[in-house]
Amino acid sequence: MLVWGGDAEGGAPFVEADPANPSRVRGFDVEVAERIALGLGGGRRSARFVQVQWSSIDQSVERGDFDIGLSGVEDTPTRRARHAVTLPYFEFREVLAVRPADRDRIHALADLRGRRVATLGATIAYDLLLAARDSTGVVAVSYDDDVHPYTDLVSGRVDAVLLDHIIAHRALRRLGDQAFVILPQAVAAGHYVGVLAHSDSALRDSVDAVLREAMRDGSLEQILRRWDVWDPSQADLFERVLRGGVANQTPRAAGAAQVIAYLPSLARAAGVTLSASVLSMALAVIVALVLASARVYGPRWLRLSATVYIEVVRGTPLLLQLFVIYYGLSGVVRLPAFLAAVLALGLNYAAYEAEIYRGALQAVPRAQLEAARTLGFSEMQILRLIRGPQALRYALAPMTNDFVALLKDSALVSVITVVELTKQTAIFATNVGSWVIPGVLCAIVYLALSLPLARLARGLERRWGAAG
Amino acid sequence: MSALLTIDRVHVRYDAREVLRGLSLEVARGEIVALMGPSGVGKSTALRAVAALQPFDEGRIVVDGFSLGPGPVPPESRLVPLRRRVGFVFQAHALFEHLSAFDNVTLALRHVLRKTRTEADATATRLLEALDVAFRADAWPRQLSGGEAQRVAIARALAPDPHLLLMDEPTAALDPARRATLSATLRQLSGQGRGLLIATHDAEFARANADRVITLST
Repeated sequence: MLVWGGDAEGGAPFVEADPANPSRVRGFDVEVAERIALGLGGGRRSARFVQVQWSSIDQSVERGDFDIGLSGVEDTPTRRARHAVTLPYFEFREVLAVRPADRDRIHALADLRGRRVATLGATIAYDLLLAARDSTGVVAVSYDDDVHPYTDLVSGRVDAVLLDHIIAHRALRRLGDQAFVILPQAVAAGHYVGVLAHSDSALRDSVDAVLREAMRDGSLEQILRRWDVWDPSQADLFERVLRGGVANQTPRAAGAAQVIAYLPSLARAAGVTLSASVLSMALAVIVALVLASARVYGPRWLRLSATVYIEVVRGTPLLLQLFVIYYGLSGVVRLPAFLAAVLALGLNYAAYEAEIYRGALQAVPRAQLEAARTLGFSEMQILRLIRGPQALRYALAPMTNDFVALLKDSALVSVITVVELTKQTAIFATNVGSWVIPGVLCAIVYLALSLPLARLARGLERRWGAAG
Repeated sequence: MSALLTIDRVHVRYDAREVLRGLSLEVARGEIVALMGPSGVGKSTALRAVAALQPFDEGRIVVDGFSLGPGPVPPESRLVPLRRRVGFVFQAHALFEHLSAFDNVTLALRHVLRKTRTEADATATRLLEALDVAFRADAWPRQLSGGEAQRVAIARALAPDPHLLLMDEPTAALDPARRATLSATLRQLSGQGRGLLIATHDAEFARANADRVITLST
């Protein structure tokens, strides 16, 4: 039994749930896996599929969750350095997709200076865009899936998409021939390979032998033709492989130089995390003050509306709210990703802050409010001079704690293409093939941002708990 | 001369329970009137009705020409004349906990009566000195003893110079020495021509200090 891992979310023609029987998967990677199993077992061995998130295939195979990962896995130097990688079995081209109106103006990456170009994070295409950012000023926008880059291209959120030609053609079929144009000139070429645990080089060598055999006997060509991804460049690739022209490239180790080269990106991502958090908290405080005032002072209908808002927002996942604001509203208003992130985080945290403020306002003893009335203060003056200042003291420590939580929750906004600290770390980790150094660096930055706040909260609690 | 405070056949009902059943009384200028009776008989309710902190169901209350009728408490904007005439000293003092003793006294002077800081400070200093608590001016409310907090609360209530002072259970937190001080303070206030209506269940204190004692019964 060959256990293989892939991501059915990647969809056809790679791996997708079989529409006729959703408990099974189909796709050319599925058939390649079956062909490998067949070759390994002398005609009797079968393949068993394990679902794994595409970006986690390397970590998962190293953990021993399955024998081999096959799901449009790209051949990269880092992957070769970290894992046992098979011979390439498919050659893909990185192609640019642009809106029909731009087809005469954009012919290559160089024509996209200052424009937003979308791709899948942690891929060769993303690395190409990062390199192009430094040379031609392209703005790289990273996605977690390969569907939304194209819908965002059509809606105008990005100006181009750089991805594998298979993915581009699939998107064109889904969105219609007029939706966008795939530029004929490929930006780069790459290969799909199988990835195995580093210690599994013996099995890798056996798999390589099966792949050669499948190239020779035409069974691999049949598979690729069946899924309509065969083209002349595959024949060239097979010929090179069989001639021995495509050997395993020299592995490149993840060194200190790579870490240092990544530090500016990490610093930029930390800046994104901090600014998104600060702006979201500011929005949360303002909205929460309105909500809390509505709940404490408002007439019945207003109290009810504020309560409904608070319960709905607290009762649904922040992730869902992010998707609704970014993608769901895109038919009405096309918000930039960063603004959508700040809105979603701010409106979400407002619900929690509002409850803190309401509790704080109600914690001010009623006798003090009555004493203020007998002295002739108006309701506004009582709020401004007596109730508000005392409520602020009750609220400040929990607010600071919430800000620390918000700082960490801001990692969620990467699902709408904002590259913040956690996302940047994940990209870094995929590129160097290890989570150890990126994870430690990321943790240090988060702690550097949150520890001073935690100290501040404790200090405030101590001071105002004793005096005042 | 007409009374400073007239309570005329005032009824207060909570659901089916009648807390005040036609209470009538008068307080003249310079007079100390004690309102006696066991707990729950409506002494505090009577004071709160006079201060327009709670509605009453029947009757009429007139303070120095300002008249309150039955029904919901009027909005604060219509109560400005009443607020100038009536001061209230709460049983638990209800000092503003985020302000020093001194600022508890100046706050209404500055923001309600729109006095300058100099005027407000002078008034607060004079009141705290007269009540023998000026040495605690910079203390936070929770650092004050019961007697000190009460005198700061009296100073705060007197800051707008009200003609009528309402006090709810002023002896509740006081030891005998402090009760003597309180008696002197009350004499001083009535000597200035202010009327005092004091709710208390302390019969000895009431007899020793009040010009008249009115006993409520259930």
